[in-house]
Amino acid sequence: MQQAKSKKPPRVGDSPAVRRTLITVVLLFGALLVLAPLIVIGAQAFSEGVKVFAAAIAHPDTLHAILLTVVTALIAVPLNTAFGVAAAWSITKFDFPGRRFLLVVIEIPFSISPIVAGVAYLFVYGLQGLFGPLLGAYDIKILFALPGIILASMFVTAPFVARELIPLMQAQGRDLEEAATSLGASGWRTFFSVTLPNIRWAMLYGIILCNARVMGEFGAVSVVSGNIRGQTNTLPLHIELLYHDYQTTGAFAAASILTLIALVTIVAKVALERRGAGRRSRRPALVAPVSKIAEKTS
Amino acid sequence: MKIRLDNVVKTFDTFRAVHGVSLDIESGELVALLGPSGSGKTTILRMVAGLEYSDGGTIYFGEKNATNIPVRDRGVGFVFQHYALFPHMTIGENIAFGMKVSKVRRSPDAIAKRVRDLLRLVKLEGLEDRFPAQISGGQRQRVALARALAVDPKVLLLDEPFGALDANVRRDLRRWLREIHAELGITTLFVTHDQEEALDLADRVVILNEGRIVQQGTPNEVCRAPNSAFVMRFLGDTNTLSTTVRAGKALLPAGEIDAPGCADGPADVYVRPNDLDWALDGAGIPASVRQVLDRPGNRRVIAATDQGDALEFDVAPETEVRAGDRGMVRIRRARVFPAG
Repeated sequence: MQQAKSKKPPRVGDSPAVRRTLITVVLLFGALLVLAPLIVIGAQAFSEGVKVFAAAIAHPDTLHAILLTVVTALIAVPLNTAFGVAAAWSITKFDFPGRRFLLVVIEIPFSISPIVAGVAYLFVYGLQGLFGPLLGAYDIKILFALPGIILASMFVTAPFVARELIPLMQAQGRDLEEAATSLGASGWRTFFSVTLPNIRWAMLYGIILCNARVMGEFGAVSVVSGNIRGQTNTLPLHIELLYHDYQTTGAFAAASILTLIALVTIVAKVALERRGAGRRSRRPALVAPVSKIAEKTS
Repeated sequence: MKIRLDNVVKTFDTFRAVHGVSLDIESGELVALLGPSGSGKTTILRMVAGLEYSDGGTIYFGEKNATNIPVRDRGVGFVFQHYALFPHMTIGENIAFGMKVSKVRRSPDAIAKRVRDLLRLVKLEGLEDRFPAQISGGQRQRVALARALAVDPKVLLLDEPFGALDANVRRDLRRWLREIHAELGITTLFVTHDQEEALDLADRVVILNEGRIVQQGTPNEVCRAPNSAFVMRFLGDTNTLSTTVRAGKALLPAGEIDAPGCADGPADVYVRPNDLDWALDGAGIPASVRQVLDRPGNRRVIAATDQGDALEFDVAPETEVRAGDRGMVRIRRARVFPAG
């Protein structure tokens, strides 16, 4: 038996030497590229003790940066969620000219450098820009203020929710909505009692990814915010500023907050993937959640 | 509710799916729309439901012009091929959905009672709290029917209702749908590409091809008097022999066959496998056996004439026949249609 087994030609990449080498290389890379920097952040943030760390966090400018980041997320994420649901709905449930074009447009922010988005906003809303005179006349400040930060964040994160929903809604088809409508449900009723419950996990998954990106966005926001300390500095911008001021502990303390958000995001993401969200395991979302089946059959 | 389609047309982009179809469905009738895929049968059903709008023509529900009434207000029960049950709702919630969203207010008690009654009707008592993913395909389709019936539709529309089920379940559900129809007497229109299903179930069969009605009538009428080669071939297995017609007679090597109403010229003789007799000698068309297929009720013989035409026919289970045997095939009954 043993002999017969060893005589079989190895499957591709299945020989023990290859397997061991590959796993070692991957683990090493992961440790060097991902884990080490994370450990450094934690170590540096607390290098001068918890007191200094707390003081760095409690600094008014840092607190303001945190607040600004949270406010930006609170506005940008719901707007992008609404946009994502509307876009996914239109693309998957209606036939209209320009459907494919809309799909491409939604993907653009993924492929373009965020800094390009920032510069483009400068040209559109800046004082010398397209709408500059008009905005100036009414004294509306978009650039170097909260609206600009929100717009730039939204541009960068526009695809997240839509990208999660489109494949799922395509797989689900229009049958459920047609059935609900034929039973007498209104459009809103159909959306809230039939469509939404079937896409909720995928939607939440998209929201979490979107939120993580909004809070961490640097490039586009740095162009439009103007980096005014205590006024238009979001957390990532603030970290850079602190670092350039040689306030290493403060920079790492602020960075540790973003890292914490990232960890929470990952935990939430894994939890949602268990519920069938995420593109890798899309199918279970079509049936009742496993936990529900278990509790009903037991 | 009587339904009337008057010259209904539907075009998708540049493809005309339905060409001027006119059809009357009597109140309480059970009608099958039968045709190959792409014949426009599902499109017609969806237009009656209001899930598609027609590009021309009128659809009447009773005396009322229903052409532009939206699905929501049309009062039809629609059953989908793939059930379209709401996966996040229990069976009970699925059936109750239509009553909950209805403009007619019902008390929760009334809804619960109706759900129980419907579950009894579709013989699924006790499955109320299961989810669609936890029941079989046949059960799902029965739930879908109960859900459609819950809102007291004026018309019941079924799109290939048993298409996704295996053969045995399909046969059971067919009988069962017949019984439900007899009990409720609701006007029912269903779409199928399965001739056996249409003939088994329907009071009247409407046969479609390429967006047009080619023949309609009771199962008896369409089976005994198919009006075209298409209907003849579509309704069941046929053997085809090329021939020529002269003065109302089709000429075959084995003799003449009556071809009333068939113009002189090249024609095809169509024979059902059951209408061919096999004998070792005597009159008939000489043929040699190529293959024998054993089936539960009989043996299907695939033979070839000396001219090379393939012939399929059935013999009794105890008949000794094997590949290579030679014998005579006699035509008991046949239909002749002009070639082309």
